[in-house]
Amino acid sequence: MKLFITIFFLIFNADLSKSVEPDEILENTELEEIAREIGRNLRCLVCQNEDIENSNADIAKDLRLLVRKKLTEGESKKEIISFVHSRYGDFVLFSPPFRYDTLGLWIFPLIFFIFLSYLFFRRKN
Amino acid sequence: MKYFFLVISLALLSFFFYKGLEKDPSIIPSNLIKKEIPDFKLNETKLFPFFEKSDLLESKDLKMVNFFASWCPPCKIEHPNLIKLSEKFPIYGIAKKDSDNRIYNWLKKSGNPFKAIGLDNDGSASINWGVYGLPETFLISGDGKILYKHVGPITKKDLSKIFKILARE
Repeated sequence: MKLFITIFFLIFNADLSKSVEPDEILENTELEEIAREIGRNLRCLVCQNEDIENSNADIAKDLRLLVRKKLTEGESKKEIISFVHSRYGDFVLFSPPFRYDTLGLWIFPLIFFIFLSYLFFRRKN
Repeated sequence: MKYFFLVISLALLSFFFYKGLEKDPSIIPSNLIKKEIPDFKLNETKLFPFFEKSDLLESKDLKMVNFFASWCPPCKIEHPNLIKLSEKFPIYGIAKKDSDNRIYNWLKKSGNPFKAIGLDNDGSASINWGVYGLPETFLISGDGKILYKHVGPITKKDLSKIFKILARE
């Protein structure tokens, strides 16, 4: 049983451990919650597919601090994300914006789905 | 007709894969190209001339802004090439999380390509410029627009690329 509990904690703690360091956390829990939500939407630039909340890279830490500083200065979630987006481009966003040059990205799955359903139902008949 | 779609999709797929081979996923294109230089705040060093955004906008010549640090090994690789470039136009250095003494010791030993140096102690100036690693170098036009951004050390091969952009300007 002890072994089971140890393994359980090892596995789930690893998953829960965040890279946010204690000195970064804001005293205002409401703002901290927003900061984490912003952080989860921003991709770390030097690590493949990690958000800045979970990355221990230097740049991720700088971005986390910037997000928190801007929040305490009264900027909104939208303003902060659009600021970081203006500096680093689409790469930094986890969900790509809907624009004419990203249209294919959003529409293609739909077209693919329609095409496949067409093939599927045609065969059946 | 039966194979038409298959052949077309395979051809398209191979085209995209082939294009993808040439790209380096670790290089993120700058979002600031053709835009005016961003706002930024730097700290002064005690030993080197200082600069601000207004200094970059004042001179109507081409200039470079180089993000570096004395603790960054690739910065040492590009150093001789920066010195070569500094003969053509002024280079402004932004040292990320670095100290006066360490910069001084390094530049005394290997030469100083910088017209002026500012310190980015908290990394906020780097974020304003969209910098995510060191070194990164920006080529700035006379009217204060970013023409080109180079990620990573400037090698000999990159020098000719930069001179080509200069010839176009």
